[in-house]
Amino acid sequence: MPESASVLEMRGVDKSFGPIDVLHEISLKVNEGEVLCLLGDNGAGKSTLIKTLSGVHQPTRGEMLMDGKPVNFVRPKDAQDMGIATVHQFGGTYPLMSIGRNFFAGAEPTRGWGPFKVFDRRKANAIAVEQVRKFGITGIDDGDRLVGGLSGGERQSLAIARAVYFGARVLILDEPTAALGVKQAAHVLRIVNEAKRRGLAVVFITHQVMHAMAVGDHFTVLIRGAIAADFRKGEKTREEIADLMAGGESMADLEADIEGYMETHEGHPPPPVH
Amino acid sequence: MISNLLRRPAAASVLSLTGVLAFYVIIGGVDLGKLMSAASWLNYAARIGIVALPVGLLMISGEIDISIGAMIPAGAMTTAIVSGHYELPMIFGILGALGVGVIVGTINGVLAVRTNVPTLIITLATLVGMQGVVLAGSKLLTGSASVPLTAPDWAKSIFGQLVFGGSHQVVIVWWIIFAVTFWFVLHQSRYGNWIFAMGGDKESARNAGIPVNRMTVLLFVLTATSASFVGMCHAILFNSAQVSGGMNDIFNIIASVVVGGVLLSGGFGSVPGIFVGALTFAIVNKGIDFTAIDRNWSNLIIGVMLLAAGAMNESFRRVALGVATGKRSKPKQDAPARAIGGQEAH
Repeated sequence: MPESASVLEMRGVDKSFGPIDVLHEISLKVNEGEVLCLLGDNGAGKSTLIKTLSGVHQPTRGEMLMDGKPVNFVRPKDAQDMGIATVHQFGGTYPLMSIGRNFFAGAEPTRGWGPFKVFDRRKANAIAVEQVRKFGITGIDDGDRLVGGLSGGERQSLAIARAVYFGARVLILDEPTAALGVKQAAHVLRIVNEAKRRGLAVVFITHQVMHAMAVGDHFTVLIRGAIAADFRKGEKTREEIADLMAGGESMADLEADIEGYMETHEGHPPPPVH
Repeated sequence: MISNLLRRPAAASVLSLTGVLAFYVIIGGVDLGKLMSAASWLNYAARIGIVALPVGLLMISGEIDISIGAMIPAGAMTTAIVSGHYELPMIFGILGALGVGVIVGTINGVLAVRTNVPTLIITLATLVGMQGVVLAGSKLLTGSASVPLTAPDWAKSIFGQLVFGGSHQVVIVWWIIFAVTFWFVLHQSRYGNWIFAMGGDKESARNAGIPVNRMTVLLFVLTATSASFVGMCHAILFNSAQVSGGMNDIFNIIASVVVGGVLLSGGFGSVPGIFVGALTFAIVNKGIDFTAIDRNWSNLIIGVMLLAAGAMNESFRRVALGVATGKRSKPKQDAPARAIGGQEAH
């Protein structure tokens, strides 16, 4: 749907903290049913960008638009109310609470009357399990299980299912696969694809090129707070993307350099150069 | 079935209670019937239990309040000064004591919400501060650190007078009423879910739209007010109030909450656990008088029990995280460990 307005768009956004400029001239957009991968090494400004998208920070310059209309998020709540959900690595889950209680934290279903309104555990558990299973997590069948006993991938899936259930239109996933093993990461990537299939706009932040390429439609590489490259699926190879993220240096050359040094220095890597 | 019971946060406190009773009966030669009909430990359990309930909820939400130690004498002294020294109607003494609790609780809560100072330090400050205020205020207003009070009959029968014809105090009834109320709030109402979520991850709770700040202030008001309530009952019961440090109360109350299975770093615990924790603590402390054991050993027993309960809590929590219902037996050794580690890193 290239003709319709993007769900979420940034136009020329700068962000500074006092004299320090963190983001320069960031323009990006994400459409319904599309995954935008935000790639960047540590310190590239990914976190600041996420926080600006989710209303934690306000842009210093530039504007943000939803469905083509300018928006101004003063608090994270404003972004949430517009349907922007941010899921952090373990975000939004409480390890020592049950799946049902986790799923509905802050929006508990109740039954009963007046001051005797009771948390409807059965209903909460049933909905939570159903929603998580809809995302293909078939291992979960008991809403009373504590979330801390789930795998990292299952916890991510729970957080994503929760966001979708509560009406998210834009899903911002902050390094969802960073702490996960290969199998668990594949699990989360499947969930990202499922969210995309359901028509959500997904912003997927990662520094793992393989993961990005598995789900991304559109890629933006961030280096030192500016967009270094912007391309669509199939336009670049994995090596090219990795090179871009490393700041233009060819990873292959770099690896060759290090190996050459180690061979001549009894296996020690080269000292850091500043 | 067994694992289902062990999953409950109250499991360790029930086992502690059983262990202590068994120890007293077998080693100490306690006549169980005599112990059960005695009032001393039950009165004491109620006294610390009333404060332990809100303190436990506060600890589940990830904060701590040690100013309760000063609030028990503050409540007693306020009641005695207002209705004893100034001879105002009893109701003013009662409202005064509760009012002092609300004020100090609000100060604690607002400081906790507005500053980045850990609540242990904030409430240590208000603890010491209130000790000063109570002593200096009492000296200034009455010229003494001990104030007599003559409570009317209605006040005695609601807050002090002995029921069941024996030496049991009304605070026991209050304790049970409060326990049921707190049980409802924590385990049945949505507010309980908010409290657990706050202790699990404050930032996520805030993002989920839970009014974290309002709840924190409210919980601090509850701890301080329940402490001044206990002090007030004491003054009415004994017809006088003395300035005291209340240091013992702090540790006894927090120890009984920990024995009750509440996680110090927050996010886990239960009202039945806190209730049994206070009961257990009181039996160790006062029940030793019914044994052949020299009562000076009671502190050693408390120390051992604390360690045992702490260790049990930790392992039961692992069981709760891993086994769940036992329907799924897929081994997940590292996941719970990671979860606990991440939890305590906050």
